[in-house]
Amino acid sequence: MIDSTQSRRRFLARAAAAASALVLAGCDQLSRTEWFPRVLAVAEKWNRGAANAIVPRKAMAQEFAESDRSPQFRSNGTSNPGTDEYQAMVANGFAGYRLAVAGLVAKPMSFSLAELRALPDRTQITRHDCVEGWSAIAKWKGVKLSAILDAVQPAANAKYVMFHCADPMESDGTDFYYESVDLDDAYHAQTILAYDMNDAPLPVPNGAPLRLRVERQLGYKHAKYVTAIALVDSFDNVAGGKGGYWEDNGYQWYAGI
Amino acid sequence: MPQDDSQAAQGTAPSSYVYYRHKLPVRIMHWINVVALTIMFMSGLQIFNAHSALYWGKSSYDGTPPVLMITSRVSDKGVVTGYANVFGHEFNTTGVLGVAKSADGQVVRAAFPSWITIPGMKWLSMARAWHFFFAWIFVLNGIVFVLYSIFSRHLARDLVPTATDVKGIGASIKDHLRFRHPSGEAAKRYNVLQKLAYLIVIFVLLPLVILMGLAMSPMFDALFAGWVDLFGGRQAARTIHFVAAWLLVAFVLIHVFEVIISGLWNNLRSMITGRYRVSTQMRQESSHD
Repeated sequence: MIDSTQSRRRFLARAAAAASALVLAGCDQLSRTEWFPRVLAVAEKWNRGAANAIVPRKAMAQEFAESDRSPQFRSNGTSNPGTDEYQAMVANGFAGYRLAVAGLVAKPMSFSLAELRALPDRTQITRHDCVEGWSAIAKWKGVKLSAILDAVQPAANAKYVMFHCADPMESDGTDFYYESVDLDDAYHAQTILAYDMNDAPLPVPNGAPLRLRVERQLGYKHAKYVTAIALVDSFDNVAGGKGGYWEDNGYQWYAGI
Repeated sequence: MPQDDSQAAQGTAPSSYVYYRHKLPVRIMHWINVVALTIMFMSGLQIFNAHSALYWGKSSYDGTPPVLMITSRVSDKGVVTGYANVFGHEFNTTGVLGVAKSADGQVVRAAFPSWITIPGMKWLSMARAWHFFFAWIFVLNGIVFVLYSIFSRHLARDLVPTATDVKGIGASIKDHLRFRHPSGEAAKRYNVLQKLAYLIVIFVLLPLVILMGLAMSPMFDALFAGWVDLFGGRQAARTIHFVAAWLLVAFVLIHVFEVIISGLWNNLRSMITGRYRVSTQMRQESSHD
């Protein structure tokens, strides 16, 4: 009786282990198919729909006290774009830097840092939530993206604001970082292009001279080293066509969750 | 539990009969939940691996160390050691946490090993895709279950402890510790500890794990400024999410243990076909196998 019970238990345990290994291998195979990730991706639409249905479009992200600020604000991803062009800009204190704004706009314009600093600004102490799971809090000051948009006057068919960056993601200096947000987020009161962090000019590891803050989305949306903005009606003809560097690599375009 | 459709065995004195124990909707929702929770747990661990530390507070970097960290280090001689640091106490976890062998025998440095994560390899974006898709299935299934339980009176009739139940808590604890289980007519109802366990899971743990998941969403955080601080802040919410997930695992282990020792096949069949065999004989003293 004991023997048969033990062997039965051993058999059940092995069967369970084998079955779970099979299921796991199956999950990994599904992940590599073309179709299954597309099925899973419908959840992104539901997430975005639920968030927009429940959270008012103008709801403000939480702002914090000076004392909540992280002693060190972590740099993630690129810590220095490293290109000759960028090094030259750093060397002369970004004196020659210009932010080009074009695409589906009535008046394409470009701005020097001094011109950006002269536009309406906002200062906010906010929490940066990385998709990896960590959070850090810092104080940001920057030009309101809405002020820039008001200046260039987006066309009626413009749907997204795209941010092109100075940091190449490939070691051979290609595949520049880029990101995009919809017009709701672009005109949101807390959406700024920050030029100061913690009361000092934005350091190089954090995106000097200009980075996006789009406070109700995860960190990878907050493009660093922004050099150009384009208003577009679709992502189709830009890089991988998914609206951002990490989006082209499988991450969700909607990063509110 | 539904009506008694006693089917006495033919012949002489019937020694057992089949009782229709779980209705179809409960059975379906139970198994959907098994699949969804398993996938969410395992993809959640893969997400955790992307930043394998937990904190208490609003941010990860507020000058205080993490409450939990699972990672690995390499010695000068190239020896990899996996370790977990819990409230400042370090434990060597080589082979399981921090560094472990994958199915194909490779040594992989990751907080949780490949055999417990979905996907098995380091792949945050895919883990998130699995996690969110099954989160929807889990939440919709849970909402339907709660509504069904209220309107079918499954909740009031089968899950809420009666006054007699409450008086019998002491005896029920003793029975559980001695691995004794109700038989005969009494086996047709959930016992009081079982009821309390189910109620805590359904109305405390699962809602908490969902809420703490939403607390990690920067968009949902904006719903009412600062609501996440009621739970200690976003990083505290991430920690609670993790702990609640493991409490659910603890529940599942106890649940499966009880299922096995109180009659594996009879219990399993009752959750698949609904039919549960009730013994009408006097309970005989015997160990489980």
